[in-house]
Amino acid sequence: MAEAMQELFGPAGVWITWILQCVAIVAPLIVSVAYLTYVERKVIGAMQMRKGPNVVGPLGLLQPFADAFKLLFKETIVPTGADRFVFFMAPMLTLLLALVAWAVIPFQEGWVVSNINVGMLYILAVSGLAIYGVMMAGWASNSRYAFLGSLRSAAQMISYEVSMGLIIISVILTAGSMNLTDIVLAQKGVWFGVIHFPMFVLFVISIMAETNRVPFDLPQSDAEIVAGFHVEYSAMGFALFYLGEYANMILMSGVCVVLFLGGWLPPLDMAPFTWIPGIVWFFLKMAVILFVYIQARATLPRYRYDQLMRLGWKVFLPLSLLWLVLTASVLFFTGLWPEYGA
Amino acid sequence: MTLAVDAVFYLFSIVCVVSALMVVVSRNPVHSVLWMITVFINGAGLFVLLNAEFLAMVLVIVYAGAVAILFTFVVMMLDLDFTGPALRSKQTLLVGLAVGAVLLGDLFVMLSEWSVSPKAEALRASPTPDLSTVSNTVALSRILYTDYIFLFQTAGLILLVAMVGAVLLTFRRQRHQRQDVSVQLARSKSETLKMNRVENGKGIS
Amino acid sequence: MFKRLIKTWLLTDIVSGFWLTFRYMTVRPKVTLNYPYEKAPLSHRFRGEHCLRRYENGEERCISCKLCEAVCPAQAITIEASPRADGSRRTTRYDLDMTKCIFCGLCEEACPVDAIVMGPNYEYSTETREELMYSKQKLLANGDRWEPVLVMRLEKDEPYR
Repeated sequence: MAEAMQELFGPAGVWITWILQCVAIVAPLIVSVAYLTYVERKVIGAMQMRKGPNVVGPLGLLQPFADAFKLLFKETIVPTGADRFVFFMAPMLTLLLALVAWAVIPFQEGWVVSNINVGMLYILAVSGLAIYGVMMAGWASNSRYAFLGSLRSAAQMISYEVSMGLIIISVILTAGSMNLTDIVLAQKGVWFGVIHFPMFVLFVISIMAETNRVPFDLPQSDAEIVAGFHVEYSAMGFALFYLGEYANMILMSGVCVVLFLGGWLPPLDMAPFTWIPGIVWFFLKMAVILFVYIQARATLPRYRYDQLMRLGWKVFLPLSLLWLVLTASVLFFTGLWPEYGA
Repeated sequence: MTLAVDAVFYLFSIVCVVSALMVVVSRNPVHSVLWMITVFINGAGLFVLLNAEFLAMVLVIVYAGAVAILFTFVVMMLDLDFTGPALRSKQTLLVGLAVGAVLLGDLFVMLSEWSVSPKAEALRASPTPDLSTVSNTVALSRILYTDYIFLFQTAGLILLVAMVGAVLLTFRRQRHQRQDVSVQLARSKSETLKMNRVENGKGIS
Repeated sequence: MFKRLIKTWLLTDIVSGFWLTFRYMTVRPKVTLNYPYEKAPLSHRFRGEHCLRRYENGEERCISCKLCEAVCPAQAITIEASPRADGSRRTTRYDLDMTKCIFCGLCEEACPVDAIVMGPNYEYSTETREELMYSKQKLLANGDRWEPVLVMRLEKDEPYR
């Protein structure tokens, strides 16, 4: 594609390709964020024997746009004593980080904006930086609730990042590469979600904690600290946080699919499955993970803070460490380890 | 392409230097920490330009993603009066100037007198592998886990000692009641709950 | 104990919880009322918007005894009274602050002539605060509008009084 663009536009073709690729990812992403909120409300509604949004448009399908317009036209309120610059930077940073991480996610073989060979580390780095959006928001709001929420969030995200990193190392060891495309291709025989099934479960739970979703939504816990770090935000600032949260959910389910569910690969390498293009498989698998996310919200109660920390440090960390050692020794003693040269 | 790379290099380095300056200049310590994070990220960008993508990512993960967060934590919790007189008094200014002058002098001495022995190249434990055949992650790990394994493990041990020390310093025998989650979870309904059919007017003893 | 351990590590509790919500999502019928189009049945004792009633001949019932004003715990009612031209004792002013009213129904209970009554209407939201300061005209108009329903409600409630 880049070559064709270069022929068309000369040297500027590369840049135009990049911009088009970014638009091709960001625009559908924003729309899917909008509809993820819709699906969430519908699904949780159904689980609670309600109907969910059904007034705006057929089946309430235009509800997300109604919400977006409402937020657009609301007044932006800046609390007194707030640090204005940091206050406005925080939501932008949150959304920005949720978007830039998509650069390395492969949707299909070769369908990736930037096929760097430390893709997994890049994802970890970006998701690590996501804490700053929350912390900046909490601090700049000049509000106790917001600050409390941001402190909780920071501690929580750091804790779960540790176990997430260890889980990812197990996968990388078996795949033999940190490039996400290579990780997917290494799952051609059998998905890592099968080999590393306990780690798959742990990873799904960890990403819920990482994105501050129920049952780990302590930073926002509405009942204790009203809404956590974004209490003071209104209008677009709030909308950006909202977008960022859901974009992060989608991103993390994408990462989960790449690491454990074989990315764009069909479940079995057989005729009826291979007829469906890989990208459809990718989105289907993502939808499954997102459904689990939403269902967890309808099913599970919120953790208490010490329980959350206990789970992170005393259960997940030892388990993932144990599994890492196990993986490494099995790979070493059976001689099944992949080529680590690339 | 090189023009673009140059442009990106200057972008990263200018932002890097300016934000490094802002770390020192800004009044608000929280702003200082945030500027420092900008420095880290731009430094990572410079690493990427040097084809050291592993180092770049590790810089962001470790420094921006963990160390600086702890900094931010502490600084945000401190109720610093950063407009107070202590920061502006002449005494601190003098001390600061003196330290700065000494460091600058050191730098000049270093730069003017520094030389690398021609034999140093041969003394290295392992040569840089050909980066066109292996990625720099693999190259780095090969050096780190083979030739420098002793130093690597020693560094790990030192960190472990530091961690054990920190735990020991804060560890006190708890007097208050503690919650044992596994015991709580292990309880069954039959152990804790007894259903009685109470007759009217009789009660239960 | 061993059984419990297995249960914990296989996350059976969580899995069964997920299964439950999934069943609810797929099998259970929805209980939502499609509100502006569907409404829940109201008790005949429902305490909604206030009305001032009239007799069949059009004479207003209120004799301005001010019992409702006295009993109102939220002090939402203000009454001023003076003799009318024909000498009967009537209110010149009957103001009801709906923003203060707590819908306890004590005014209704206190009224000796069933003049102030709480009707079945609960859809009277307004765009301004001022519109919620009900005057005598507004209350009487309410009474005229809801009179048949009010009579029905009072009849239904009669055996219990």
